[in-house]
Amino acid sequence: MDVATLTTLAGIVEYAVPVLFASIGENFTEKAGLINLSVNGTIILSAMSGFVVAMTVDSIFLGFLVGAVVGAIVAAIVAFSSITLKQSQVAIGFVLALLCRDLAYFLGAPYTNKPGLFLSKVPIPVLADIPFIGPVFFNHSLVVYASYLFIIIAYVFMFKTRSGLMLQGIGERPSAAFARGANVKALRYFYTILGGLLIGLAGPMYSLAVKIGWAGQLSGLDGIGWIALAITIFGGWNPLRVAFGAYLFGGLQQLGITLQSTTNIPIQILQAAPFPLMIFTLLLVNVGRAEWVDRELAAMPEKPRIVLSKILRALRTSPPASLGVPFENE
Amino acid sequence: MSLEPRAGQTPSILKKSTWIDFGIRLTAVILALVFTSLILVIAKAQPLEAYKSILQGAFGTTIKFTSVIASWVPLVIATSGLLFTFTAGLWNIGMEGQIVMGAVFTVGAFRIFDETGLDPSLVIFLAFLAGAAGGIFWALLPGLMKIYGGVNEIFGGLGLNFVAKTAAIWLIFGPWKRPGVASGSGTEWIDIPFRLPYIPGTNLSLTILIIAIIVAVFTAIMLKGTHFGLRLKAIGKNDKAAYILGIPTTRYFLLAFGLCGLFAGIAGAILVTSKQYSLIPDAGFGYGFLGLLVAMLVNYHPIWSAVIAFFFAALSIGNTELQYMGLNSYFAGVLQGFLVLFVVLVDGVRKRLVTKL
Repeated sequence: MDVATLTTLAGIVEYAVPVLFASIGENFTEKAGLINLSVNGTIILSAMSGFVVAMTVDSIFLGFLVGAVVGAIVAAIVAFSSITLKQSQVAIGFVLALLCRDLAYFLGAPYTNKPGLFLSKVPIPVLADIPFIGPVFFNHSLVVYASYLFIIIAYVFMFKTRSGLMLQGIGERPSAAFARGANVKALRYFYTILGGLLIGLAGPMYSLAVKIGWAGQLSGLDGIGWIALAITIFGGWNPLRVAFGAYLFGGLQQLGITLQSTTNIPIQILQAAPFPLMIFTLLLVNVGRAEWVDRELAAMPEKPRIVLSKILRALRTSPPASLGVPFENE
Repeated sequence: MSLEPRAGQTPSILKKSTWIDFGIRLTAVILALVFTSLILVIAKAQPLEAYKSILQGAFGTTIKFTSVIASWVPLVIATSGLLFTFTAGLWNIGMEGQIVMGAVFTVGAFRIFDETGLDPSLVIFLAFLAGAAGGIFWALLPGLMKIYGGVNEIFGGLGLNFVAKTAAIWLIFGPWKRPGVASGSGTEWIDIPFRLPYIPGTNLSLTILIIAIIVAVFTAIMLKGTHFGLRLKAIGKNDKAAYILGIPTTRYFLLAFGLCGLFAGIAGAILVTSKQYSLIPDAGFGYGFLGLLVAMLVNYHPIWSAVIAFFFAALSIGNTELQYMGLNSYFAGVLQGFLVLFVVLVDGVRKRLVTKL
């Protein structure tokens, strides 16, 4: 396999990482029954603050830490407004998405295009020498290796541990979980803030590792958060499937970069290519639930009907039953 | 998944103007100002000086003041459209893309009728019709996807925003590119007879001001004084109950989207004929998103949308003055964002106190 292909594949693995953290972070939040719609703004704000802090105090670690804290604070506002004050989750999330983005562009202006720190590549000894697999998976910066572990940990935690079961409980049937002694509100706070922390990590992952630097509104981060939200739905609230969605998105972005150098399609068009695809995939995973589809299917001859309904059922995803519904103890 | 706002959940600053309510809302404004000032201090700027220069920038001269009104026009039209979808319990986040599509169709119409020798005012009228059609078309898409595809209108609309912008960029760089070299600065300008003239000595076209007033009054009457408005509100409160009571909810959802798209399209046509004179990549100028913020603040009260939209427009125009202090124009977004954030939070605290009493 030639070098160019390997570089492209390695790029997909790398580009998927921030989206992967953000989408799985949102996955945790939504499993608990809340929607944090602020993702797009959170990523941009934490990318800016992580970059600036890392540069000023000369510490990449603090850059990541600050990114995570920014994400956690934004998520805490969403949690307070939705859980304690019972305001619309969409309203607060949407406002924060816009506010955080503008805050980042406003406060980050003096640091635009300044040289800063970045994570260098650390090839893993032995593994990096395996043909094909080595250059694609094991010649990256630390965040990429962290993402491999993270996917597995998130999956195992959510589906194979007691705490994970509790997490599913408060998102599916909070009253039942409450009856069994779970502190639904506290847990929802916890998972919303945990999710925000992970979303916040995605920012410095861009500015310090994957898309190095801060270029204000030209950083190319606007829109990624909305995609991350869609990937959570596409992934059916399952970290493995969500990770798959993130890799698909990484692939599309890489494809854009490749096409840009070989054709003369304007870059803006390539950057927007994932969005029509996002709508299309959302249609695919949702359409199986629509009434008219059932009617059409019922009118079909048996063979295509069985095949079609099997495909639709495989694609279909359903959200946690109490997603977006406030919970009352009484 | 229930992302739809319910009447009880949505923020509303101006419901009953008792003094206590007024005080609570004032608290939200003060909190927003405190936090914004803090941000200014972080950016190493004098807050008072910044606010003063925003006022200067918005009201300092006739030109500036009329620019505020010219910016109020598309904002109040966008907000009016969004009040229909909000009342029906829908989050039409695709508003921005609908304005862009309105601009695309408007410019397209000018390109078609450019050389036909028709009377310019007739051509402008046709271009507005085309813009309206573009807006309606783009607004019905998330509506249809929601009803027949099960795709939440928030995600449908968001995706379509980007698709609309991509379509505009494709036209600018491709089929509609300027003679010679394509440029991100937009398509060729429309001919002078097709541009709406300004009132002498100002930055404002009388035509668009009249359109905005008609749209705002129409919205207030439709929502407050007709059966249509009442039914829409019933759907917004509980669409299943409304359906059982005999309201054709599907049709009303699409009507709300359609009306919203109609106004989005008109806003797009206004931006082309009185501001930009061409199609640019950012043809919506953010009015769709800003309109959502205003609509969230005023909730079901069309009258207040004119006032809040004026305040927001003044901020957006006045804020450009900050460049002389070395600050960029994202400041308006920061102040507007904090304002809505604190209104939502303080309103939540008020409701919590009321239920506890």
